[in-house]
Formats: sequence, C-alpha cells, structure tokens
Amino acid sequence: MATPAPQTTASAPRGSNLWGVGSFLLLAALLLVVFPLAMDVFRLGLAAKYLSLAFCAVGIVLVWGYGGILSLGQGVFFGLGSYFMAMFLKLESAGNADSSSGTALSAFFGTAGLPDFMAWNSVEVLPWWWEPFHHVSFTILAILIGPPLVAFVLGYANFRKRVGGVYFSIVTLALAAIMAIVIIGQQGYTGGVNGITDFKTFLGMDLDTDRAKVVMYFITAGLLLLCVLFGAFILRSRLGRVLVAIRDREDRVRFSGYDPALFKAFIFAVAALFSALGGALFTMQVGLASPSLVGIVPSVEMVIYAAVGGRLSLIGAVYGALLVGWAKTFFSENFVEFWPYFIGVLFMVVVMFLPTGLAGLVDRLRGRFLRREGH
Amino acid sequence: MAALILQVDGLTVSFDGFKAVDNLNFYVEQDELRCVIGPNGAGKTTLLDMICGKTKPTSGTIKFKNHRLNEMIEYQITRAGVGRKFQNPSVYEDLTVSENLDISWPKQRNVLGSLFFRRDQSMADKIDSVASQIFLRDQLDTKAGLLSHGQKQWLEIGMLLMQDPELLLLDEPVAGMSAREREQTAELLNGISKGRSTIVIEHDMAFVRMIAHKVTVLHQGKLLAEGSMDQVQSDPRVVETYLGH
Repeated sequence: MATPAPQTTASAPRGSNLWGVGSFLLLAALLLVVFPLAMDVFRLGLAAKYLSLAFCAVGIVLVWGYGGILSLGQGVFFGLGSYFMAMFLKLESAGNADSSSGTALSAFFGTAGLPDFMAWNSVEVLPWWWEPFHHVSFTILAILIGPPLVAFVLGYANFRKRVGGVYFSIVTLALAAIMAIVIIGQQGYTGGVNGITDFKTFLGMDLDTDRAKVVMYFITAGLLLLCVLFGAFILRSRLGRVLVAIRDREDRVRFSGYDPALFKAFIFAVAALFSALGGALFTMQVGLASPSLVGIVPSVEMVIYAAVGGRLSLIGAVYGALLVGWAKTFFSENFVEFWPYFIGVLFMVVVMFLPTGLAGLVDRLRGRFLRREGH
Repeated sequence: MAALILQVDGLTVSFDGFKAVDNLNFYVEQDELRCVIGPNGAGKTTLLDMICGKTKPTSGTIKFKNHRLNEMIEYQITRAGVGRKFQNPSVYEDLTVSENLDISWPKQRNVLGSLFFRRDQSMADKIDSVASQIFLRDQLDTKAGLLSHGQKQWLEIGMLLMQDPELLLLDEPVAGMSAREREQTAELLNGISKGRSTIVIEHDMAFVRMIAHKVTVLHQGKLLAEGSMDQVQSDPRVVETYLGH
C-alpha cells in the first residue's frame, strides 16, 4: 500500500549479530565519550536537542519501517510529553517567588502561583487539569502512560476497522494539525502560539548551568540508547517477525491466528512512548514547549530523520536525526530561506535513490566488502 | 457414519445481487478428505472464504464442532482450528522459511506472549520435521521470497502443518506445479490429511482421483452432485456441465 517494503536486512546471513552489537557500541561510544569530549557546552546542548528528536525517529523506524504504518503525527506524542513536562516546570517556577516569573507583579494582581501567561489572558484560577502537574511523580507517569495510551486507543480503533495505509497517515496528519490548532487557540490554558516557556528549575535544580546541561545531555543520550535497545529487543522477538509479516501480508496474518490490529496498535504505542520521552527531555533542555514542535511540519521532519538514517535501522535513525538536525542549524545560521528547499530535495533524493537510507548504503558497502573478502 | 466436523446449512452470499453461493448445504465428516470441483465461477473459493471468515455470508450458518464460524472473525476461526491455504501461494516473503514456520506455531499469539516468546526444543523439533516433510529442510534460512513457485506452495502447506488445524482448507494446492511436484504434493497431502479433515479445491482430475475420498461438484453456487469419484464422473448432470458447453 503506502510503503512498498524494501528487502529487510534484519536477517543478513553472515555475522549480522556481531555487526549489530558493534554498531550499537560505536553509537554508544560516540554519544557517551566522543561528543562530550569534543564539544563545548553550547554544541553539546544542540546535540542533546537533536537527540531528543531522535527518540521520535527511532519510534518511526519501528512503526513505519517494520510495522508498515506511516505516521505523520508523531509530533502529537512529542508534544504531549513536551507540554506535560512544561506544565510541571511552569507550575514550579510560578510557585517559586524568587524566579523571574513569580514576580511581585503577579503578587500585585493576586495571581501568585498561577503561570504568567494565564494571568495575561485573564485566566484567574488554575484549571483543574493543571492541578495534578504540581507533582513530579504524576507528571512523569503522565508522560510515560498518557501518550502511549492515546496512541493505543486511537490506533486500535482505526486498525480494527481496517483503516490503514494512506488513510491512517491522513488521520495522523489531521491529528497533528488539530493539536497545533487547539494549543494555539486555547492561549489562556496552553500559552498559545508562544508556547510555555520561562522556567529554569527542575525540583529546585537550576537547568541553566553548564553542569546541568551536561548532566541532561548524558540522561538524554542514555535514555535514547535504552530505547534503541528496547526497539532491538522487540524486533528480535517473535513480535518483530509478526510485524514484518503484517507489513508484507496483513490479510494472511489473520489466518495465522493473530489479530493484526492489536500488534499495530502496540507498536504505535511504543513509538508514542519514545516520542513523549523525547518531548519531555527536549523541554527540559531547551526550556520551551511550543506548538511549532507539534504540528504537521515537525511531524514530517521526524519521518525524514528516519528516512535519511534508514527506515529499517534503529541506529540509523539516530544518525539521521543528528545529521538533519545539524544541517538545519547550519542552514538557519547561514541561509535560512533555503532550508525548506534543502530538506525537500534531501527527502526526494533519499526516497528515490536510497530507500533504505544511510544504513542501507552502509549495509550494501559492507556486503560488497564481505564478498571481496570471501574470494 | 462418523461424526460431522463441519455443517454448512442454507449458505448464501450475494455480491451486488449475484449469488456466488446459493442456499448450499455441505457436510464434512471427521478425518475425511473432500475434494470440491466445478467449473470457474462455481463458488468453490467463495465457499472456503466463508468458512475461514474472509467473506461474510449473507445468510445461512456454518458450524465447526461447537463454533458458529459465521459469527466469528478470521483470527478467532483460525484459533478454533481451521487452517486455510490460498490459491496464490501466500507466504511471508521477507521472512526466512524457518521464521515463516515459527510464526505459524499456534502458541503465544497475543502481543505480550509473542514479545517474550522463545523457541523451545519441542518447537525446534517440529520446525525440523515439518521442513523435511515439505522438502525444504535445506532451505530453512532462505528468504521465502526467493523460493520457487512450487516451493512456496509447499511452505504454505508447511505453515498449516505447524498450525495443526483440525480442518484444513486447501485452494488449488498443485496450481503451477510440475508433474513431478504434483506427485510429491499428492503424497504430502495424503500424509498430512491423516488425523484431520481436509477440503481441497482442485481442477486437475487426475490429482483429485489420487487423493479424494469423496467429491462434491458445485455449479453456479449450487450443489450439483456428491459421491465417490466414479459416481460423480458418471453422473449425467456433471458430464453435461463439464462437457456440454
């Protein structure tokens, strides 16, 4: 349907296990040793930002590359994670009289403890659904459970009715648009087009210091590597094989006694969990939750990360996010107006000439090398 | 008379007014190997589609043991013990022969079960024995997409053997096979139909003669004749249907 499946390299014959472990260790060394040694705090902060977007790309490899579901709405789950975290941070900062936003001004208006943008929008009482975000434990649970639950219910409802392929992509696309519109429209409750920003502490720890940035970088890189490992565990299990079977012949899988809708909803939920984690980490590091990271454009960009890195490679997705992220920064520092053209051309080139992305290219080169060795 | 495993009563399906199967009664006994023949458009494949849940009947009932199949959906019917082989070989081309057999093993077919599923010895043995039965023992690590047409047919039969259904539905299992492969397949089917009931759709009369216990002839969605191969072949209505036009 939407995604003619390229040949999987998952079961490449020779030394593929060793190769997989090797490339994972290489990535781990790069993220945990080389980057921190080679970069100053500013560049490391940028890397952490790209890595938090890489969570989405890793999820997209699972859901698109192996599940055959092209989701153009991963920004929704990234956004949920991002906003949940921002709500917590904002409430902490609003409740903290020393911080910049809990100022004498709000005390004067009698809105102490209320996020500043609410006061500006004449929202005088904290909405009930903001209340639980005073608690860090609730916030973390909300990030870990909310987005996957939404994804599972939404996915199952669609897949059970056999809505798939392009139609499901359109549903996710619409969802991304709706979420951005709702956030922008409900300015008093969500911060509107400005997003939620201006918070500096997490549980009293200043997020703006160099030390905090380095710590956050390591947390992000570590969690990302865990997600890659979890993804690899899924793909190597029987569930991974069932997913490939569903991608290639969903109608046949039913007659092997599986309910494809459940499997697709499950992998969609896993991808949503990864995205939400990325969103929460992004907000902690960049100090912002914004509708511009939720809508259609960022959601499509996330798919491009996965396509560039290789839609069948969890590790490739991380490289894809880093490369495209850096390219984006480079372009916006030098020639802003060319960025949309560049990413458009990049996507077309990848789709036309490198359907399995950089990882596929590496695999092909490796295959050629192995054959030469063999002779 | 042996117990009935499948009872189809008053089965009708109409596609935009065209009745592909029309008020059909059809009964299969335990351990029977039944061949269904008939000219193109007789409703043979549609009958199998309705038994396995691929097509919903317009009216009528399908009873398999104690299950009302017409009220169940595909994967539930499969889990109840009905296995289906399609007309075009449909195997999972991106998986290896061994992985194809693996995911057909009828255990842990839910999400979490399959996530933590590990091959045990009994399963490894089963894969091994099925692979030898279907002549693919040396191809376990070959991607199914690289097999020949006949081998894909065998692999699909192998997947059904892993599934170990009580009722096996085979749609033209020798289509596209060479004479030698046909013989091997006939042998294979005679072997695997032991201990279960099988319904085979086939055009090739020589092949039907090789395997069938009893033959059902369909014509325009209706039952035309039923009986042994010799009875059916001497039935004047059957002769007319096949030769009269």
